[in-house]
Amino acid sequence: MQLQATNSPFNQEQADLLNRLLPALTDMQKIWLSGYLVAAVPAAAAGAGTPGAQAQTSGAPAAASKEITLLYGSQSGNSQGLTKKAAKKLEENGFQVTVSSMSDFKTNQLKKVEQLLIVVSTHGEGEPPDNAIAFHEFLHSKRAPRLEGLKFSVLSLGDSSYEWYCKTGQDFDTRLEALGGTRFYPRVDCDVDYEEPASKWVEGVLSSLKEAQGARTAAAVVQGATAPAAEAAAAAESVYSRTNPFAAEVLANINLNGRGSNKETRHLELSLEESGLVYQPGDALGVYPLNDPTLVELLLAETKWDPAATVTVGKQGEAHPLREALTEYLDITTLTKSLLDKLAPLASKPDLAQLLASGNEAAAKAYIKGRDLLDFIRDYGPLQGSAQDVVSNLRKIPVRLYSIASSQRANPDEVHLTIGAVRYDAHGRERKGVCSTYCAERLQPGDKVSVYVQPNTHFKLPEDPGTPIIMVGPGTGIAPFRSFMQEREEAGAAGPSWLFFGDQHFVTDFLYQTEWQRWLKDGVLTRMDIAFSRDTDEKVYVQHRMAQHAKELYEWLKQGAVVYVCGDMKNMARDVHKTLAEIISSEGGMSLDQAEAYLTEMKKNKRYQRDVY
Amino acid sequence: MSKVNLSAPGGTPSDVERIKQESNYLRGTLAASMLEPLSAGISDDDNRLMKFHGSYLQDDRDLRNERQKQKLEPAYQFMLRVRMPGGVAQPGQWLVMDELARKYGNGTLKLTTRQTFQMHGILKWNMKNTIQSIHQALLDTIAACGDVNRNVMCISNPYQSDIHAEVYEWAKRLSNDLLPRTRAYHELWLDEELVASTPEQDEELEPMYGPLYLPRKFKIGIAVPPSNDIDVFSQDLGFIAIVEEGRLVGFNVAIGGGMGMSHGDKETYPQLAKVIGFCKPEQIYDVAEKIITIQRDYGNRSQRKNARFKYTVDRLGLDTVKRELEHRLGWSLDEAKSYHFNENGDRYGWVQGVGDKWHFTMFIQGGRIADFEGFQLMTGLREIAKVHTGDIRLTANQNLIIANVTPQKKDEITELLGRYGLADVQQYSGLRRSSMACVALPTCGLAMAEAERYLPVLIDKIEGILDDNGLRQEEITIRMTGCPNGCARHALGEIGFIGKAPGKYNLYLGAAFDGSRLSKMYRENIGEDDILGELRVLLARYAKEREGGEHFGDFVVRAGIIAATTDGTNFHA
Repeated sequence: MQLQATNSPFNQEQADLLNRLLPALTDMQKIWLSGYLVAAVPAAAAGAGTPGAQAQTSGAPAAASKEITLLYGSQSGNSQGLTKKAAKKLEENGFQVTVSSMSDFKTNQLKKVEQLLIVVSTHGEGEPPDNAIAFHEFLHSKRAPRLEGLKFSVLSLGDSSYEWYCKTGQDFDTRLEALGGTRFYPRVDCDVDYEEPASKWVEGVLSSLKEAQGARTAAAVVQGATAPAAEAAAAAESVYSRTNPFAAEVLANINLNGRGSNKETRHLELSLEESGLVYQPGDALGVYPLNDPTLVELLLAETKWDPAATVTVGKQGEAHPLREALTEYLDITTLTKSLLDKLAPLASKPDLAQLLASGNEAAAKAYIKGRDLLDFIRDYGPLQGSAQDVVSNLRKIPVRLYSIASSQRANPDEVHLTIGAVRYDAHGRERKGVCSTYCAERLQPGDKVSVYVQPNTHFKLPEDPGTPIIMVGPGTGIAPFRSFMQEREEAGAAGPSWLFFGDQHFVTDFLYQTEWQRWLKDGVLTRMDIAFSRDTDEKVYVQHRMAQHAKELYEWLKQGAVVYVCGDMKNMARDVHKTLAEIISSEGGMSLDQAEAYLTEMKKNKRYQRDVY
Repeated sequence: MSKVNLSAPGGTPSDVERIKQESNYLRGTLAASMLEPLSAGISDDDNRLMKFHGSYLQDDRDLRNERQKQKLEPAYQFMLRVRMPGGVAQPGQWLVMDELARKYGNGTLKLTTRQTFQMHGILKWNMKNTIQSIHQALLDTIAACGDVNRNVMCISNPYQSDIHAEVYEWAKRLSNDLLPRTRAYHELWLDEELVASTPEQDEELEPMYGPLYLPRKFKIGIAVPPSNDIDVFSQDLGFIAIVEEGRLVGFNVAIGGGMGMSHGDKETYPQLAKVIGFCKPEQIYDVAEKIITIQRDYGNRSQRKNARFKYTVDRLGLDTVKRELEHRLGWSLDEAKSYHFNENGDRYGWVQGVGDKWHFTMFIQGGRIADFEGFQLMTGLREIAKVHTGDIRLTANQNLIIANVTPQKKDEITELLGRYGLADVQQYSGLRRSSMACVALPTCGLAMAEAERYLPVLIDKIEGILDDNGLRQEEITIRMTGCPNGCARHALGEIGFIGKAPGKYNLYLGAAFDGSRLSKMYRENIGEDDILGELRVLLARYAKEREGGEHFGDFVVRAGIIAATTDGTNFHA
């Protein structure tokens, strides 16, 4: 692209310099530069609006139809990453792109948007990710504007093992249409194995757009990106990624729970030496697990398939011996309604058809819950057809994301994880969490495990090391706070910090106890309150400790403390949120609604960040 | 009775003296430490003070390394020791201890070598509840450890019940009257209101002990010949009851005994108390109090390992201490009366005491009350305590006596003893019946080797040797301690072991069966194979060469296998 004084905010001399420089840059250098420039713009200027975008919007009305806004709602960073990729693609094809997280997007600008792309994941029980909640609510409220002039398309991310698979994307898709918008390209729902359908969606969107209008060059403006330039640059250095994971050596694998505990929480230390992988406190690590070999053998015995027979897996049709395919590539532990539908023709029991018939959704749902492929085959098999016929319908083993429990500043060549081993009995058999028990039972020091860094810009230490932080992380939710403390210790950060931790028993389940004791002694951690639910007759949880110290906690909030919550979403995060609202209400003399608004404002200002699952 | 000029050893006071000094009569920062929620432990300084309240902070040493790797602090827990003079418990008190052990402790009770209950595994936040429950059962844990007079021991063999009852009353009185006066215990554990402090003098707050208490622990025991079950010569202050014509006429006074020593330090040694005279029953408190004040004033406050009263006596001389005692008393002791001891063990099974009361003495291996696989000891004793109307006595050999059973109850108790497999004492070898072991690993912080968990296993193997030599029912005292502090009175066992390192022990021989002569080291730092090898030779010789009625400890001395230790000062010679 050639910059001119007429098509850019630069004068001719600047434009010439840039025209000479830009074509010489590699893609990585361009990404680095864009991050650098965003971070280098003073906050006041950024707050006043992004001059480039506005100048162009107002200065070149003819270009409006070439403008496209991309909004993402992301919990673990996948949607964000996809959005940025899509933006780059569109930009390369001459579109003028505005990228923003939903939480950073000013809703009063929505009416002005002509073309909108939404990339959003679904969280837990069909809920929007944290940074999409407010926008989702706004769109579904009476305040939402009519959007007759809007053209949109939605990319929806989810996990088909959940009942409300891709629901948030579907919500946006339906609602935008209801508000008068036109769907210019159909929504695509992606399962955990999202790369291929996502890139198809991008291609489809692009060709639809091109069809509608000729391509034209424009500058991309990345709005709301927060990653410091150095981080973006360093992250770009590694050749390892989600699609090309790094084989990290296991350095240590320790059970953090003492003898007699009901729990097993593994502390995993992995080597990142020579990987070039870079992470910040708050980021997650993607781990590719292998299936339990015992379960694979049970499945092979049940089906009498030949373990050595070659099958093909994936869209590329890679050939593997069946045993290897079942162990390393295929998801054999989750059933979905769609998988059952696909396997139904192979089943040999007639009552399956009834279970899958419309009107029986509740029964089908109940059946799927807690059962796996082996159950299905035992219940409705033997399956007709070949192993390949079944294998072709199985999805890839989904990657698992774990909040990183270490700071790279403190452990330059390592990454640490805190993983709770999931085991329970269901339907007459012991069930095991695929990745957690892979880590707990089968990873020994010296083994290699496939990993990649999944940045999470929504869970970050405040830039000012003097800012007070309040951390709420019961159970494995403690992980990122260990990383925070290591980071602050390395940085010599002066900001006060307050940690709330809880688990079942003091004696056996006080994760990283000696480290917290040392940080408290050294003053890195200012205070810590603990709640062990099964040591006393009455169950005590972190939110009870927060309520006990309501006055001080509100004092910390008034002094600008950032609140972080990590861990269980369904109960803990909800109860903690409720307690926070109650504390703000009672201590701040506000109504509960006002307290909720206070928390919403905190979220907006990145002072209330959650990493819940 | 003239005043002699005496002085205490010089030197910088030990750190414990500082802790006591700063403690405001044993309070320290214990109140805050016990409430601190992020650690189940307390500071070292507070733990020193905790002892005066009858408790030590310990940790499960089996888990220490493992937990360190797990980033968990040591498995901190408290040992709690009850003060129970003479070891006499009512059945209701037994039931309370039994319940507390299961509710707050590790599910077992330890009967100590000083006739009391010890519980292990109590978490910090359960300590107050535990102590309050003990208090409600009319017991306490005051001064069960620490630099004070400890639980007062008293003969538990009930053959002479009238004398026993009288002697027990004196033991109880001594224990009560020699307690510290500070209200720290009541404030810390029993929620006693802090009295607005008036500027009292030390003499008013702690008239006998003073603000620094004693330089080291102090132990008193009362024996009634011919039984020396309480090892009267192992006490700092021993009283030997003198009975004439069925009446208690008074006590011989013996001073300066003690078992503890340190490995590799010949300045430390076990010592036997020596008889210095006789006093009347009503003079017993005065004698005890004045002896304690002599130790308070002249004991070594610089070197704790040389601080026991035995070293004070040996340093000043027995006569000097006696003169100082008589000076402080203002009167002289009478000449000691003759007495004779037979043994220092227990007599097992049913005996009928004075009147129509019956007593059943039961062997408790290692003093450990627990439910074992196939042996419901703890449950059985609980069932007995529920129906028993007499009392339950803990012996100095870690055993117990179901005492004062009425003829009406005897059948019922006998039935319960049978049902739970507690009745047959002869099922144990004479060696096992005469065994004692301290707690040692995993809870005792001082232990260098196993004791309670290992001795039964070792005895299993020695029993093979006994059988080969026809010695199964022969009573030979065998005592094992995990460290040289000697809680199991190893130096008075005919076969004695002190732990040196995991699996390694010093072997001691030559102590007298009646507790009147110390042992001497025979082999140093040996493992099980060597122990069994040595004993195989010695026991075979004993079986063949012993004279009629000769005890093993006397035999090894007579046979020249080991030289007699005639005094603690030649223990290492």
